[in-house]
Amino acid sequence: MPGPAALTPSASNPATPSGPTVATARLENGLDIVVIPDHRAPVVTHMVWYRNGSADDPIGKTGIAHFLEHLMFKGTSNHPVGEYSELIADLGGQENAFTSNDYTAYFQRVAKEHLKVCMEYEADRMRNLVLTDDVVAPERDVVLEERRMYTDSDPAHLLSEAVQAALFTRHPYGAPVIGWGEDVALLGRTDALAYYERFYTPENAILVVAGDVEPQAVIDLAKSIYGAIPARGEAPKRARPREPDIRGHRLVTLADEKVEQPSFQSLFRVPSYRTAARGEAEALEVLAHYLGGGQASLLFKTLVIDKKIAVSAGAHYIGTALDDTRFYIYAMPAPGVSLEALDAEVEKIIADVARNGIDEADLARAKTRLVADAIYAQDNQSTLAQWYGASLTTGLTLEDIAAWPERIEAVTAADVTKALHFLDRQRSVTGFLLPVEAAA
Amino acid sequence: MTAYTKTETQDAPSRAERVQIVKSPGGLTAWLVEDYAVPLVALEFALLGGAAQDPKGKPGLATLLAGMLDEGAGPYDSDGFHRALEEYAVELSFSADRDFISGRMQTLARNKEQAFEFLRLAVTQARIEEEDFERVKGQVTASLRRELNDPDHAASRAFRAYAYPDHPYGTPLRGSLETLPSIARSEVLDARAATFARDSLRIAAVGAIDAQTLGKYLDQAFGALPAKASLVPVPDVVFSGEGSRHVIDLDVPQSTIRFGRQGIARRDEDFMPATVVNHVLGGGVFSARLFREVREKRGLAYSVYSRLVDQEHGSMLWGGTSTKNERAAESMQVIEAEIRSLADQGPSEEELEKAKKYLIGSYALRFDTSTKIAGHLARLQAEGYGLDYLDERNKLIAAVTLEDAKRAAKRLFGDGSLLVTLVGRPVGM
Repeated sequence: MPGPAALTPSASNPATPSGPTVATARLENGLDIVVIPDHRAPVVTHMVWYRNGSADDPIGKTGIAHFLEHLMFKGTSNHPVGEYSELIADLGGQENAFTSNDYTAYFQRVAKEHLKVCMEYEADRMRNLVLTDDVVAPERDVVLEERRMYTDSDPAHLLSEAVQAALFTRHPYGAPVIGWGEDVALLGRTDALAYYERFYTPENAILVVAGDVEPQAVIDLAKSIYGAIPARGEAPKRARPREPDIRGHRLVTLADEKVEQPSFQSLFRVPSYRTAARGEAEALEVLAHYLGGGQASLLFKTLVIDKKIAVSAGAHYIGTALDDTRFYIYAMPAPGVSLEALDAEVEKIIADVARNGIDEADLARAKTRLVADAIYAQDNQSTLAQWYGASLTTGLTLEDIAAWPERIEAVTAADVTKALHFLDRQRSVTGFLLPVEAAA
Repeated sequence: MTAYTKTETQDAPSRAERVQIVKSPGGLTAWLVEDYAVPLVALEFALLGGAAQDPKGKPGLATLLAGMLDEGAGPYDSDGFHRALEEYAVELSFSADRDFISGRMQTLARNKEQAFEFLRLAVTQARIEEEDFERVKGQVTASLRRELNDPDHAASRAFRAYAYPDHPYGTPLRGSLETLPSIARSEVLDARAATFARDSLRIAAVGAIDAQTLGKYLDQAFGALPAKASLVPVPDVVFSGEGSRHVIDLDVPQSTIRFGRQGIARRDEDFMPATVVNHVLGGGVFSARLFREVREKRGLAYSVYSRLVDQEHGSMLWGGTSTKNERAAESMQVIEAEIRSLADQGPSEEELEKAKKYLIGSYALRFDTSTKIAGHLARLQAEGYGLDYLDERNKLIAAVTLEDAKRAAKRLFGDGSLLVTLVGRPVGM
């Protein structure tokens, strides 16, 4: 996702039509509420977001945020394991949860008349979770299987982990969300409960409801259900070690006999929407699209179409993050082209843009495409709920979300050229994925 | 609990009534849901045929054809076409499936005229130039190389090959490293000439557009296609390999497993009962037997599921899981035991009711975005359903009795013998 969606019309961009009005409230116990009406279908998406993710895992306990997300389905003192999940399924609802660097979120999608059940479910497990060793041990095995499935069996994924770890040496963005296998194997019930006690509080949560609902009715219902949860006093503090400004280009190479198609990635540590100076993150967003957003982008056109040294190429900016974040450039070489040659060509493209400036027509096109995403997002209540949740849990405000299209529109060619200084090779990490014979 | 559990069929408004059947002046038909709440238009179409039309020895042909449609068209070269789409923020994409090639378009309502023009160019005037063709082939080749030793892809490839050894359903959808180089541009042009026709087109549109305007645009976009496709007849096929197990060695800590057997077709009267009993076995809910026994109780796997896959010319039960090599044998024993138990005894009354409630209630979740609605409506037409199915579907599920479910379970799971492919280093298998 390129960034948060805007729902309000912006004065500077009259072509952007107005969307639904977002309502917000805060309960006395500190729980924040956001309601996004969408009356097209009689369906509602109910999400509870917690302002903690893998980057808040205590030292030596990587993976605990994600492990607890699994354990949140294990029942409470009032409702045994599976009871609410079965009830949601009986209602034709779907539910799941996900953990990211900066947040953990739980959601249900149900027919609108069942919103109350979802609230009772989440309010119950916000304070009444019960964990026994009988459920914790098999679930830890499930997480280890999840890790084997997505990571340990996939050299490309293992390389990505190694590259992240090289880019963030002290900051916890350097550890995988699922955790290092060595840590996960040792996580237990008391770790999970300590983490739960610290973070699962009303002050730390945001309720996001999107769909066929009336805002005041949702807020009143939330008041009666979530409002009954006692306040803890204040929200937990997120304290993460700062990442030092490490100089020196780092190359991480992984060669594996399972690799048949080599690939290349370069990662740069850059400011996020929260940490950037005004306009900088938007410039990085536009830069990513200009350089590598699809087939009309500079990297694709140069490497794939013109020089024919790559079969694919792109760039991506992870702007929605609490702390300094990542800017990716990636490519897959054409047969016979070395990763070194591809790497050198990417470096040359960046240098050329820095020297010659950027094309105004291409810039305008990139901005049009990005701003349109805010309108496309209105077609999907889950997408909207996720943009709001992810933005608000990473330190942005509703005003930031509403102003996003305007701020993208305001990005100038000079802003984008200036943002290029973040793509400093001497501070970057490059990853090479190689077959065994090529590395020998 | 029962306070919440009224089923949707008791008070559901008609879904079919929201859909208009649009007949264009030129004779094209589309299903339309007109809705102005969001200033967007979504359109999806299916062209019957798909990868099942790929000639013997040429799997991947339909995928290449779909991949070439946005690589330059009419006055635009490939780069120019992508720039033009972006300038108007039009989303346009094409893909091939077993039984049809699909196209999806999404546009801001204010750009719909341009969007339909791009659609016209892609569908009727894609250039498919040699240079672009070789480049796209290179891209598909690279993705095939990347997936060659990916356990999920390897297990699925092998499963299909054993299940349908002499049928296009057994070949890889995007071809293989061996077959792809032999596909010539002229063959892609031939495939387009044979399959792109008005009589094999199924169209659905959703959003800020009225029937008259849509009809006009449809004629512009698709009117130049020939009237009739000349599809190669594809034989119906029976699932092969039940009772056989195949291990593909790969140095990974986990065994990735695919299992399955002959399914029950959508035209069969036991299709809905079979859909319900499959949900009891491996649907995506907490109470599904496989989830409970494999994941929840034993911690054997993160993912475990089964599906009823209904293709135009053959159906199958298809499932999968991934479990560490040391416990692969145990996982398969648990899965086989649940399948045999369902074959012998069928689901319990409670399991049946829960499955029906979920399947009925969750149907609404397929209708909450324009693109999802357009996709579902195009697919229903491609599969031969009428508009009434939108309301009938839940009634058919509600009507499934325990007797129906037991009969369907016996047919679907039979003697419980499965085709199994495993990728990894499973211990003791």
